[in-house]
Amino acid sequence: MPIAIEMPKMTDTMEEGVLIEWSVEEGDKIAAGDVIAQVETDKATMDVEAYDDGILLKKVAQAGDALPIGGLIAVLGEAGEDVSAILSSHTADDGAPPPAPVETPTETPPAPTNIGTSAATFTGRIKASPLAKRMAADHGLQLTDLAGSGPGGRIIKRDVEAQMSRPSTRPPVPVDVSADRGFETVRISQMRKAIARRLAESKYTSPHFYLNVDVDVTALIAHRTAVNEYLEKSGRPKASFNDFVTKASATALVQHPDVNVTYAADEGVIRRYSYVDVGVAVAIEDGLVTPVVRDAHRKNVAAIAQETQELAARARDRKLTPEEMEGSTFTTSNLGMFGIESFTAIINPPNACILAIGTIRDTPVVQDGVVVPGKRMKLTLSCDHRAVDGAVGARFFATLKELLENPIGLFLEQALAI
Amino acid sequence: MAELQIREAIRAAMVEEMDRDENIFLMGEEVAEYNGAYKVSEGMRDRFGDRRVLDTPISENGFAGLGLGAAMNGLRPIIEFMTWNFAFVAIDQIINNAAKIRYMSGGQFSFPIVFRGPNGAAGQLAATHNTSVEALYSCFPGLKVISVSNPDDAKGLLKSAIRDDDPVVFLESEFMYGMRGEVSEAEDYTIPIGEARIAREGDAVTIIGHNKSYWRALEAAEMLEADGYAAEVIDPRTIRPFDWDTVIASVKKTNRCVVVDESNPFASVSSEIAFQIQAQAFDYLDAPVHRITARDTPAPYAKNLMEYYLPSTEDVYRACRAVMYLD
Repeated sequence: MPIAIEMPKMTDTMEEGVLIEWSVEEGDKIAAGDVIAQVETDKATMDVEAYDDGILLKKVAQAGDALPIGGLIAVLGEAGEDVSAILSSHTADDGAPPPAPVETPTETPPAPTNIGTSAATFTGRIKASPLAKRMAADHGLQLTDLAGSGPGGRIIKRDVEAQMSRPSTRPPVPVDVSADRGFETVRISQMRKAIARRLAESKYTSPHFYLNVDVDVTALIAHRTAVNEYLEKSGRPKASFNDFVTKASATALVQHPDVNVTYAADEGVIRRYSYVDVGVAVAIEDGLVTPVVRDAHRKNVAAIAQETQELAARARDRKLTPEEMEGSTFTTSNLGMFGIESFTAIINPPNACILAIGTIRDTPVVQDGVVVPGKRMKLTLSCDHRAVDGAVGARFFATLKELLENPIGLFLEQALAI
Repeated sequence: MAELQIREAIRAAMVEEMDRDENIFLMGEEVAEYNGAYKVSEGMRDRFGDRRVLDTPISENGFAGLGLGAAMNGLRPIIEFMTWNFAFVAIDQIINNAAKIRYMSGGQFSFPIVFRGPNGAAGQLAATHNTSVEALYSCFPGLKVISVSNPDDAKGLLKSAIRDDDPVVFLESEFMYGMRGEVSEAEDYTIPIGEARIAREGDAVTIIGHNKSYWRALEAAEMLEADGYAAEVIDPRTIRPFDWDTVIASVKKTNRCVVVDESNPFASVSSEIAFQIQAQAFDYLDAPVHRITARDTPAPYAKNLMEYYLPSTEDVYRACRAVMYLD
């Protein structure tokens, strides 16, 4: 009895996976637990393992194919077994892409009349005549913007012409006829789809408001220098300004638990966490991930620095597991290394707030009525107004500012933490 | 211009060519003493004598082969079949010898021969005498196939067929022998094999039809004109080699096409035309190619059934409106 190997659900949010690479060949003997292929999910590239022993009878998916969860990847069984039943049952019911048809369907003219319009109805795709498709492409029109007046809603020439003659609110896309000014199409990666889906959902469902502070980091700079001298002597990795912000955020969140929350609309509750897990946004090739520093409120800045560096390194190698990127209660995002003075970040669900960290800059400041050189860092806090009101966010932000301007507090408050 | 019946135009072509070249002769059942079953060869025996206008026994396989032998030896026969339905018993001569020996002999033998006679539906003659053979003979490389719709084309293309050094299947129609039409009186008037004729120019839909089907196409175009649409009507005239350039250019202009073909539908000339259009003009099509053919049965005997069996002008008209998305 042949066994179907299907696309597993590898993360909570996964909807489909892209087969990146086969690890075995048709005809190979497979044992349960063997890795047969690598699949890119919305979070990471992961191994697909066989659950059974047998011979790999057929690779159904090819490298590059995107399959929904449950889509047929391969068929396992005894040598010589017939796989056609599994192939046909899967193509019929699970939406996995069927094998490419070897020939085009032939016309079957209806017997009583020789006017052969096909009455077949297709669903789930836009029907357009070849001419209409070409005209739409030539004029930069999207078929999805057109209403089809032909049989079964087929978009035909006159529909495209009607659209073209309609005064458009959008300027027409200039027709690019020269070969050297074309574009290339890049497949949307699973990660990018996940970023798009999650951030769009966040921005559309949580009403963001923004708070800004300008932090005097003169003391923090001196403090960090002292801390890093100490760490260097003991052979441990240095702490970045970002690590101090992570530490300060965790400490401030303990004091302001109303900010360390999730607005769980589905459950009708606001979840207030008794721990602080800080997600740290890390830019990687073609995207970003947010590995989580667990229990940041219990860790000193040296531990946070070491853990963050390890997580970031593995993030860039795309070796993080989905668990390492889930479950944060607060997130920080830092673009200071690019010279960005300040920016507003989109809240990382299910958090209620995200902190955007700008660069440290030299700026003239007024001190005791005199203009003197100063060091400042702008922070922007995005808050989900469903869970966090302005005053609540502002109080938390004031504490955070105080901790960063007087970093001695990071040690004192540590002792007071949970 | 002279007004001739199609039978007179065919006769004129044969007479002119036989006057020009003494190697040409006409052979077939009743072509000589009886002046032709459809009076196509009327007067030709008197003019050219028994040596060049020959009556044969009812033996198509025999006289088709006789003609091929004569052609291999330097003569230029015109073989008349009383109808193409009778030529099925001679099909080995036409398909295995006429179509292939030039190829198999490496060009040592050619067959300057014309097989001609009426083809297709001819009224209440029942299943065996109403066959359309153009798709059948067009299957075989080595044969040229011509099917004419009017006296002028009949004369100009038959003269070209007679002069051609390859075997030509020349398809006429019992129904159309009496059809009158203007025929060019130009001296030595010929029409090149392989050129379609755009009979009517238009931009709304391309209608393609040969022989009787051409007239259904033209009538449908007139009905469409009354609706305010200009149909382009193309008579291919030569089925093989087919003039794809003319058809494809037209479809690229009109974006839609209806093919009229009184053959049975399966693997017919209309099938090939529809295939070539989708292959060569896919991005220009605004609708699937439609075709109107005979029904997919043997021809019936009953008059009312025969009318139902054959393509009608109304069928063509409705198909045109369908591909124009008017209904």
